[in-house]
Amino acid sequence: MATRQPMPVQDPAERRKNFNEVALGYTEEQAIAEAERCLQCKDPKCVQGCPVNIDISAFIANIAEHDFDAAIRTIKLTNALPAVCGRVCPQEVQCEEYCVLAKKGQPIAIGRLERFAADYESAKGVVSPQKAKSTGKHVAVVGSGPAGLTAAADLAKAGHSVTIFESLHEPGGVLTYGIPEFRLPKAIVRQEVEYIKQLGVDIKVDYIIGRIKTLDELRKEFDAVFLGTGAGLPNFMGIEGENFNGVYSANEFLTRVNLMKAFRFPDYDTPIKRGKKVIVVGGGNVAMDAARCALRLGADEVSIVYRRGEDELPARREEIENAKEEGIIFRLLTNPVRILGDDKMKVKGVECIRMELGEPDASGRRKPLAVKGSEHEIEADTVIIAIGTSPNPIIFTGSKGLKSTPKGTIVVDDSAMSSIPGVCAGGDVVTGAATVISAMGAGKLAAQTINEYLNK
Amino acid sequence: MSYRIIEKRDMVHQVHLMRVLAPDVAKAAKPGQFVIIRIDEQSERIPLTIADYNVAEGSVTIIFQEMGKTTKRLAALRAQDELEDFVGPLGTPSEIEKLGTVVLVGGGVGVAPVYPQARAYKAAGNKVISIIGARSENLLILEEEMQAASDELHICTDDGTKGHHGFVTDVLQKMLQNGEHVDRVVAIGPPIMMRAVTGVTRPFGVQTIVSLNPIMIDGTGMCGGCRVSVGGETRFACVDGPEFDGHKVDFNLLMSRLAVYRDEESSSLKKHECKCEGGK
Repeated sequence: MATRQPMPVQDPAERRKNFNEVALGYTEEQAIAEAERCLQCKDPKCVQGCPVNIDISAFIANIAEHDFDAAIRTIKLTNALPAVCGRVCPQEVQCEEYCVLAKKGQPIAIGRLERFAADYESAKGVVSPQKAKSTGKHVAVVGSGPAGLTAAADLAKAGHSVTIFESLHEPGGVLTYGIPEFRLPKAIVRQEVEYIKQLGVDIKVDYIIGRIKTLDELRKEFDAVFLGTGAGLPNFMGIEGENFNGVYSANEFLTRVNLMKAFRFPDYDTPIKRGKKVIVVGGGNVAMDAARCALRLGADEVSIVYRRGEDELPARREEIENAKEEGIIFRLLTNPVRILGDDKMKVKGVECIRMELGEPDASGRRKPLAVKGSEHEIEADTVIIAIGTSPNPIIFTGSKGLKSTPKGTIVVDDSAMSSIPGVCAGGDVVTGAATVISAMGAGKLAAQTINEYLNK
Repeated sequence: MSYRIIEKRDMVHQVHLMRVLAPDVAKAAKPGQFVIIRIDEQSERIPLTIADYNVAEGSVTIIFQEMGKTTKRLAALRAQDELEDFVGPLGTPSEIEKLGTVVLVGGGVGVAPVYPQARAYKAAGNKVISIIGARSENLLILEEEMQAASDELHICTDDGTKGHHGFVTDVLQKMLQNGEHVDRVVAIGPPIMMRAVTGVTRPFGVQTIVSLNPIMIDGTGMCGGCRVSVGGETRFACVDGPEFDGHKVDFNLLMSRLAVYRDEESSSLKKHECKCEGGK
């Protein structure tokens, strides 16, 4: 059996100094060779693992036949953001996990092939989609992250007139402000957003639902509403010293770097503190992104501080490996107890305690317990807190009857409908912080539900 | 998006008024709220309090002081120029209610956000006493407007060129000592002035509302850059505020956090000024 084509990447020693994309993408030859490994199963299992139901074996067959135009057409039948998905989906626990080749060897590199097809089209010039025949119905989509963009694309394809309301000055949500340039170039996000606009979707930026207009008002003006407002509210640890200078939420740090391009200060006006010794608290993808950004801003030493062990790190394996290659230090089974500052309230270190893993908790994960007397100090001038996010409550301002959980997430039924008829919700605002692709899957489901609701 | 400037007026030295077409913001705006603006693609996002709004015209008025690169670039714009982004209204509106006597204290450019509140408190049936201050007479803003919106207006200048020679806190202190019954004090201005006001009102037990001005990025509650400590709890000024109970605010923390980017701010300004002069 042929082995999986490796992904060409930027050399770690080089890439830790720049914000250019790490993974360089397959050449045509590599893509074809990889596509030829696909067994073209009669009953393909891979598609079960894809939340947006791409006809995976079909587009891979197109690539194997050198028909790249057909490949991207196939993908875009169900997925409006292939260049994004091909880059940031955790394929190892999605489509590729179901690939039959995974049982004996390496699964087909489905994500890399999807990316190849999308990048091929982008290099050639994206073909404008055909606009659907109008149904005369108007749908509002709140939030332009992966859930909102996917819902909007599907609703527009169904012929509805779609308006997206976005609070920031650029669409994309976490794709724009959260995921760094070196994993997902912003030019690619812009291009995918452009494609969605070409489907006839109107995007209003600088527009905050809950401030300019309430959800109740929106519901009166539109035939249906989709809420994809995400989980953008950063959680802090509630420990001493967390408001000292030099302590950032990962959201603030990444927003400054990615959305405001602080890595190009002073050409761009937004400043950022370029720390020399940086500690990132947390073990998810956001923590990896923040750590790798801090490194690229010129830090001498960046450590990840995580209270569980290596096996429990929630980040994608590939990102952990990338971070290690770039020289990020992993301080596992370690938890901050307070942040230390100088007389000017500036961070000078973090007092941490060592942890050990106890019995599994309700979620099945082993509960970390502090080891008494193991307190120790780690020197730092910058601390980035990446321990998760919660839904932003602004959407609930003036939305009577929108049911939420104690965690602040919106309650929906199996079809993504909220407690208000005609108002669907999906993505992080329903699940709490999760993945791009699960948000897209939720956007798809909601679009289908809204279609059925409007056709009644 | 883009938002057209329909009026630009220099009020006093380095303080400017700008009326911007933003109908959606104007329609929803309430006293105490603010906007975030971005001049163009390279620009940062900065918060500015809404000084006035006109629903019929669809305009929002901002008043700002030249402090650094962004406000200097903003000051160089003229009517018919456009701003790339004008986001709002942000923050929780002021709780305006009928209380009796309300004292409004405004310092420097802080008089601008005080003005819509003075009008709103007056309209709600309160006796409005205003104390406004500036370094010097020629730096006083909105004197006539504040006169019209207040039952009583006190003017203070640091150098004694107009009104009381000294700080706004002197007038407030005297007023409280003389036994004037005050139901609420609202103070907006530099943190050091707001802190001083809370120091004056604390022994008298007068409720004191301050409008905080920490560093902000998005202004929608997604980053916590604007976090402040109020009564020992962390709050986000952009969504939970910007107004808080002044007696509970940790002003030292606020002031130290405001100084974080001082070096970057001055290097950015210096670079901008070199460029401007080089171009002449």
